[in-house]
Amino acid sequence: MHTIAWLILGLPLLSATCIHLGFKRNQGLSTLIATSSALITLILSLVILGNGKDTSTAFSWVGAMGEHFKGIEIGLRIDQLSRGMLIVVTGVGFLVHLFSLTYMKDDRAKARYFCGLSLFMFSMTGIVLASNFIMMFIFWELVGLSSYLLIGHWYQKPSAADASKKAFLTNRIGDFGFMIGILMLWGITGTVTFSELELWSATPAPFNSTYLGIALLCIFAGAVGKSAQAPLHVWLPDAMEGPTPVSALIHAATMVAAGVYMLARFFTSVDLEIIAFAPQTIAWIGGITSLLAALMATQQDDIKKILAYSTLSQLGYMVMAVGLLNAQAGVFHLFTHAWFKALLFLGSGAVIYACHHEQNIWKMGGLRKKMPLTFLTFTIGTLALMGFPLTAGFFSKEQILEAALHQSTPLFVMAAIVATLTTFYMGRLLLVAFLGENRSKNSHHAKEVGALMLIPLVTLSVLAVISGYPFVASALSPLYDHVDFHFGPAFWASLTALVVGGGFAFTFYRNAETDPLSDKKIALVFRNKFYVDELYAQIVRFGQDCVAAIVHFIDELIIGGLIVGGCSRAAEGFGKLFGRLQSGNLHGYATLFGLGVILLIYITVFVP
Amino acid sequence: MASLNDYLLVSGLLFAIGLAGVIIRSNIIVIFMCLELMLAAASLTLVAFSRFNVSSNGLPDYDGQVFVFFIITVAAAEVAVGLAIIVALYRARQTINVEDLTSMRG
Repeated sequence: MHTIAWLILGLPLLSATCIHLGFKRNQGLSTLIATSSALITLILSLVILGNGKDTSTAFSWVGAMGEHFKGIEIGLRIDQLSRGMLIVVTGVGFLVHLFSLTYMKDDRAKARYFCGLSLFMFSMTGIVLASNFIMMFIFWELVGLSSYLLIGHWYQKPSAADASKKAFLTNRIGDFGFMIGILMLWGITGTVTFSELELWSATPAPFNSTYLGIALLCIFAGAVGKSAQAPLHVWLPDAMEGPTPVSALIHAATMVAAGVYMLARFFTSVDLEIIAFAPQTIAWIGGITSLLAALMATQQDDIKKILAYSTLSQLGYMVMAVGLLNAQAGVFHLFTHAWFKALLFLGSGAVIYACHHEQNIWKMGGLRKKMPLTFLTFTIGTLALMGFPLTAGFFSKEQILEAALHQSTPLFVMAAIVATLTTFYMGRLLLVAFLGENRSKNSHHAKEVGALMLIPLVTLSVLAVISGYPFVASALSPLYDHVDFHFGPAFWASLTALVVGGGFAFTFYRNAETDPLSDKKIALVFRNKFYVDELYAQIVRFGQDCVAAIVHFIDELIIGGLIVGGCSRAAEGFGKLFGRLQSGNLHGYATLFGLGVILLIYITVFVP
Repeated sequence: MASLNDYLLVSGLLFAIGLAGVIIRSNIIVIFMCLELMLAAASLTLVAFSRFNVSSNGLPDYDGQVFVFFIITVAAAEVAVGLAIIVALYRARQTINVEDLTSMRG
């Protein structure tokens, strides 16, 4: 078992290393190595899932420091949470590898791309299997790196290069908080290992619960960065500059869910009764993110951007559920969301591929007839995302709404509005892109994609339906609490959301040639993402200006004025002073010379 | 017979006159002559010391006097060069008055 676990972690790294050091020239071989390593890790993960035993393995990395601080270990922890997450990561990972075979067929840097994918698989399995926060943090940074590399895969495009930089820097802010949080937690509990945290929270030594709350919020900052919650959500939509399969794997299914996974890890390790105020804050941030993102999604024209905002919104849902002390619901939604959102992204990838890299939905249209299978799978994904009854999304969303209903009415209302908006913008996407008439040459020439692309789509669409049912979820989902279904307010709310959102979308966009809502003032605000980017640009500019002013002051006054200028002025002054001596008058020189001689004689004769 | 002190007194006077001339006079030729005067004062001192430094065999120490021969030789060469410079200077500036020659003022 332990060997298998280490193998799952090691294989992608081996593949990345081999490709990077050895086979970069050989595109075909690199592709083969990466894809087969993904396939093997998927099989191994299934073996671990089949085995079903909780176990952990570790070796010490840093010894204990004093009595209070236990050491750091490098270890793997296999329990229900990590087993289920492994299936998500390797499953979506493998399907994305498969999809990329076609999607990246003509890319000249295919080897680099697959090397990046392997590196990402390594980092992500590292996060999933990590047995302690320090190790998780290391892999946390590694996913950040591989995300940066993959977003910037087409680095020749300035927008892609900028987006990768933005993603990396924004994550930096969150990760810094994460690190502080880990250190605070270490200071309070004396350990960073999850199993020992469990022991500690069973019989906690006296401590200040406010500090623990702050530590949790700092750790949450890491999730805010990685899972793109407000106010650090700005990087995720821009990250869509990367290749679409990457968006499916990293920016929809796995990496962005890492924040939720990490919070779930924390919440299942530490008893929540003892934390003061932090979960409330987390829930509200999640709720606000999901609402804002859903509003922004309603006015986007880029098919990937719409999906990106919907990812933001769904991540907000998960974070909200975790914050409402219902990690089961959050992680269950993570699990179902991973499948159907990967499906949607890969579906959009197929559409983009077929339409010769056209991403504007208003230039598509009529794809239903051109790409029937893609349309079918995309519809299934959309229905799952909307929470259509009997799809996976319905079950998980139901649990979240239920949790919100029990804990906080405002959040429940918010979640219901988000559900309505989700139906609305996904209905808009489906109606505009797939139905109606062809609106451009590219969409007119589109044709159904090949089998290698359809296999992942079909597999994922099956999973997007069945992964919500109890018999699948209890076996595969990282965390799952079976909740008996009943026709309560949550059900009616989600049904109303479906009908109202769908109805509005149908009325507005049934035969629309352009967006009928786009000239409204409020639509402009949504389209421009509430001007958050502009606000940040202003803040950054202001900060830079302040720093620049200080640096300018130091440069001008202290360095320029005192040190450099001072030296030159001193030299100049002395020069002027001694320049007077050089009168050009021979008599003056002679006098001075005589006086000097007399002085010399005086000194040699009279001074002892 | 004059004592060493007398010689030194005369030599000191000569040197003082020479230095005063260099400082006060403005004609460059006079200054030049005063310089020679100072040189002569130094030579006189050397000769005087040589004459009064009698060693055990009854002979004075001739080193100083030999030195003076060298000084005279070198001074002769120096005068030649110095006068040549003064002539060249006069040709260039039409003056040998040092108060007019202040182009080296800093």
